[in-house]
Amino acid sequence: MSTKIYVPRDSAALSLGADEVADAVVREAAARKLDVQVVRNGSRGMLWLETLLEVQTADGRIAYGPVTADDVASMFDADLATGREHPLRLGKTEELPWLQKQTRLTFARVGVTDPISTDEYTEHGGIAGLKKAVAMESKDIVEAVVASGLRGRGGAGFPAGIKWRTVLGAESDQKYIACNADEGDSGTFSDRMIMEGDPYLLLEGMAIAGLAVGATVGYIYLRSEYPDARIVLTTAIERARAAGWLGDNLLGSGKAFDIHIRLGAGSYVCGEETAMLESLEGKRGIVRAKPPLPALEGLWGKPTVVNNVMTLAAVPFIVDQGGEAYAKHGSGRSLGTLPYQLAGNIKQGGLVEVPLGVTIRELLYDYGGGSASGRPIRAIQVGGPLGAYLPESKFDTPADYESLAAAGGLLGHGGIVVFDDTVDMSKMARYAMDFCAIESCGKCTPCRIGSTRGVEVIDRLVAADDKRKDEELLRDLCDTMTSASLCAMGGLTPLPVLSALDNFPEDFGKK
Amino acid sequence: MQSRSSSPVAATPDQLAAVDAAISSLASQRGACLEIMHAIQDQLGFVPHEAIQRIADALNLSRADVHGVLTYYHDFREQPPGSHVLKVCRAESCQAMGSDKLEDHIAERHGAAMGETSQDGELTVEPVYCLGNCALSPAVQLDGKVHGRVSADRLDGLLQKCKNNGGNS
Repeated sequence: MSTKIYVPRDSAALSLGADEVADAVVREAAARKLDVQVVRNGSRGMLWLETLLEVQTADGRIAYGPVTADDVASMFDADLATGREHPLRLGKTEELPWLQKQTRLTFARVGVTDPISTDEYTEHGGIAGLKKAVAMESKDIVEAVVASGLRGRGGAGFPAGIKWRTVLGAESDQKYIACNADEGDSGTFSDRMIMEGDPYLLLEGMAIAGLAVGATVGYIYLRSEYPDARIVLTTAIERARAAGWLGDNLLGSGKAFDIHIRLGAGSYVCGEETAMLESLEGKRGIVRAKPPLPALEGLWGKPTVVNNVMTLAAVPFIVDQGGEAYAKHGSGRSLGTLPYQLAGNIKQGGLVEVPLGVTIRELLYDYGGGSASGRPIRAIQVGGPLGAYLPESKFDTPADYESLAAAGGLLGHGGIVVFDDTVDMSKMARYAMDFCAIESCGKCTPCRIGSTRGVEVIDRLVAADDKRKDEELLRDLCDTMTSASLCAMGGLTPLPVLSALDNFPEDFGKK
Repeated sequence: MQSRSSSPVAATPDQLAAVDAAISSLASQRGACLEIMHAIQDQLGFVPHEAIQRIADALNLSRADVHGVLTYYHDFREQPPGSHVLKVCRAESCQAMGSDKLEDHIAERHGAAMGETSQDGELTVEPVYCLGNCALSPAVQLDGKVHGRVSADRLDGLLQKCKNNGGNS
């Protein structure tokens, strides 16, 4: 029997040479006349250990990392196929502490299976949710999602079930599911890892959403920065159609749902749901005023569920196991698990799926192992470019929706970017305004003009001897942007700016 | 992005054929404007000026509509890029790991500042705001392929390799 060797095809692994490692495995195995099957899996999320190679042995899967192509020959010399000792050997994958402590509901299969194998998907519990959904009444599916307490994982945190209820109740000849895969926040990559590592999960979640609200067509709005995800999703959609998981006759039920991919084109604001809908329609990604809600007048004016990848990917578990099984995790109004992402200046960067409510400190030190540079962690930004900069004194905050809001921040898409003590926070505040100026859609004045004026005021503030006047002006400008912007782009840019100023005043030359 | 003010060079017959092919294969899709532009740029590396009128005709839009879409999105180029395109992530995570120093190094060593093409036409450097490789910052994308933990030395090696290979790798 051939030995299975797993080499991830996740683009983070590819970015460190996983393809070269896979080639070396094939080459070395052939030279030694060994019967080896290379499986290109998703990533386990321990991205600092990429390329993480695994060998299937009688004793379970054994992990080695970080592996480069140059290491492969010596690994075969050490009898790789039986999982023997080697300096890069980490032990049994399942027993690695980073993985063992996690609660992987959404990421259960990622890194374990071959992402595009429909057989492995079903063998590992896939399609169970869809099977139940085709036999259920629409409203029962919606109520299961309501009961789960699942909230929009894109950042806004709106209860997904309530949104679905609105779309289900809307009368229309056509409804749509629009999946927001425009994961533009720096420090986030969970959507990408699902799309590359377990694409059928997203497709299944979308199909269930379609059955729940009566939509027959879904679109994935995928950012163009993710070419590898596009390749995997395209293959997965074709195979899902062939397997009867998409198309005119879902699992033989006579019900229809199909999915198309549309590519974004490098615009951050198109992650805002109404700008995304405009872009899906082939137009400039200009934000729409609300109301009307997209749930009632969304894509091409039709009732549309707009959900993030993570939201939709949580759905198959919920429908299969029941809303209560999901709501068992987390606490208060932050129920379920969240795939947190550790990024920036972090020693052990990667993806950690745990129940909502884990503290920031646990994530940074227990999982992350402190900074990559070895210097003290001075600041973190949670929730992307529109999230707050928090100092060390806030690290004991639980990373859930309510606690972070109370601490003056937001959870966003669950990404945490780490900065060591060499960071200049006035520079980061300036960047937040500058980024807003670059990415503003231009529809509303506070965002379009305010961001440019913001850069200028911060420059003056940092240079000035007497800071009072410019600080007052900056706060006044931020107040206008917060209150008067049409969407979160202009409305939340003041959050990183003012949190930097309030938490790190010394970087602005303040006494 | 950096739309240059110089007047556009007339597209070649081959380029026009690529434009027409992209339009005819995609125009039947609803809201196909971005898809068509992507298809053209995948083929040519940019969207020639002549495409605006042709897309407008095919989709029953005004030239202003099409021009608006083309110039709104950072991805689309109105001029051909250099032989190799290097996108350097400028977002927070990569800043935390020294992407600004990497930018300086590229300008100094490889003669292309952000948003520009080197004198010899070899390298175009463009900003990108997040490649989703934030645990392995700083990240760049060279001719469509992502690289993580990119030091100045590693980048020099990557660029040398793709110059040795010639053309678009």
